[in-house]
Amino acid sequence: MTQTRNLIDENGKRTDGRTADELREVKITVGTVRNADGSAFIEFGKNKIVAAVYGPREVHPKHMALPDRCVLRCRYHMSPFSTDTRKSPAPSRREIEISKVMREALEPALMLEDYPRAAIDVYVEVLQSDGGSRCAGIDAASVALADAGINMRDLVAACAAGKVDEQIVLDINDTEDKEGGADMPVAYMPRLDQVTLLQLDGKLSQEQFDECIDKAITGCKMVYEIQRQALIQKYFGNETELKEEAAPQ
Amino acid sequence: MSSSRRATIIVEHLRKQQMWDALAKGKRLDGRDFDDQRPLEIEPDVIKKANGSARVKLGHSEVIAGVKISTGEPFEGLENKGALIVSAEVLPVASPHAEPGPPDEEVVELARVVDRGVRESEMIDLDKLVLVPGKIVYTTFVDCSVVNTDGNLFDTTSYAVVTALLSARLPVLEMQGDKVVDTGETREMPVTAIPVSITAARIGDYVLIDPAAEEEACMDARITITTNEEGFCAIQKGYTGSFSADQIKKAAKTARIKGEEVRAKLKEFTAR
Repeated sequence: MTQTRNLIDENGKRTDGRTADELREVKITVGTVRNADGSAFIEFGKNKIVAAVYGPREVHPKHMALPDRCVLRCRYHMSPFSTDTRKSPAPSRREIEISKVMREALEPALMLEDYPRAAIDVYVEVLQSDGGSRCAGIDAASVALADAGINMRDLVAACAAGKVDEQIVLDINDTEDKEGGADMPVAYMPRLDQVTLLQLDGKLSQEQFDECIDKAITGCKMVYEIQRQALIQKYFGNETELKEEAAPQ
Repeated sequence: MSSSRRATIIVEHLRKQQMWDALAKGKRLDGRDFDDQRPLEIEPDVIKKANGSARVKLGHSEVIAGVKISTGEPFEGLENKGALIVSAEVLPVASPHAEPGPPDEEVVELARVVDRGVRESEMIDLDKLVLVPGKIVYTTFVDCSVVNTDGNLFDTTSYAVVTALLSARLPVLEMQGDKVVDTGETREMPVTAIPVSITAARIGDYVLIDPAAEEEACMDARITITTNEEGFCAIQKGYTGSFSADQIKKAAKTARIKGEEVRAKLKEFTAR
């Protein structure tokens, strides 16, 4: 990747006015898809992503069922209108890979052994994409899984860090991803202190690598708080609304 | 759609117990230390019809890579760069579990991770592979065929791709009017760096590099770290488990040290 212009100005501000340690605005709404067992809508910068969870439910085709645990299925998909130029709706190699790493990022958090012979389906649809859509997708999917009442060891929070103008910054945006030096998406379970997704493209020295991973984990912890608040808001947020729903029809 | 899968290789309980006993003593089933790679065999130029090729064996894992160079349109957004595409296939001959058909997600991941290593390390100076800026560029396909599987296909494939590119001869093409003409001459590929990937598996609290198939069947998580001469350029965590940040940092250090050894070997075999 070749740098064409300065992405950090003399005041240390980035292209979208953030400082190096600042997250884009993150907003999570829980339970936005009525038909799903669990769902979440996330706005992560300009990303708009909906995640829906169906299950645990019967596995079709049946031969896919596992005798000792639940099958987790995951689809990451970008809508044709989500990008600058139209994206073909057919799954690309990139989407196949992201579906896989996303499933592997979520799986350590789930107690799949509690639901043998069943399947949990996680659908992540990117309606509008910005940089870091896989992280935002994992954040939404993790909240949707919790909303579905699936037994979990922890929430999975994801956030990227990267290198821009030889400086390590938190939460790379689209411009920085395309023009910057390196992008490192990380998914992390804060309570268990475990990294469940780690990718890197771009060059980093040993020092930059260590700084980058620490920064990304700090970002994950910030996202974790937002995820928790979103769940608290749905389940304990408005007491009166809860009472109304509980009242017999 | 990505789905949890059934294990294709089942390791017997007794064998697993042997593995744990060995690991507790700092050894592995085949006698290796945690930071030992299996024997690496590199053979460049095995396919004369290709512009470059290699056969690499890492233990019993074997991959043949072939480079084919032609011309085409540049990628969108990369108008002034040559195109480079790495793809991979696990041939049906490679194992009893391999089936013919389009690549599944594991093979797509394999190709993309190897591609990322070559791309992000800026191994090939793609600026030098342009004929008519914005219109016609060299298109380099590196196709990999896995001939036998015994774990760690990531590194085996990566070394095969790098060797094939290092040994490749670039046909010298010229523009005569609108036509691309082959001058019949060849030159070396414009190489600026040599990427080397090192894959490690975590089994319990042990992290070991270059996992064999048996070890992969028992692993909790996997990490592939690609370095060039200067530092890190690509990473991919894989499989369903997780790592602690300390384990990752330690694996990263190992990847740089071991990567240096493999790089020297790749240079030696391709006379670069």
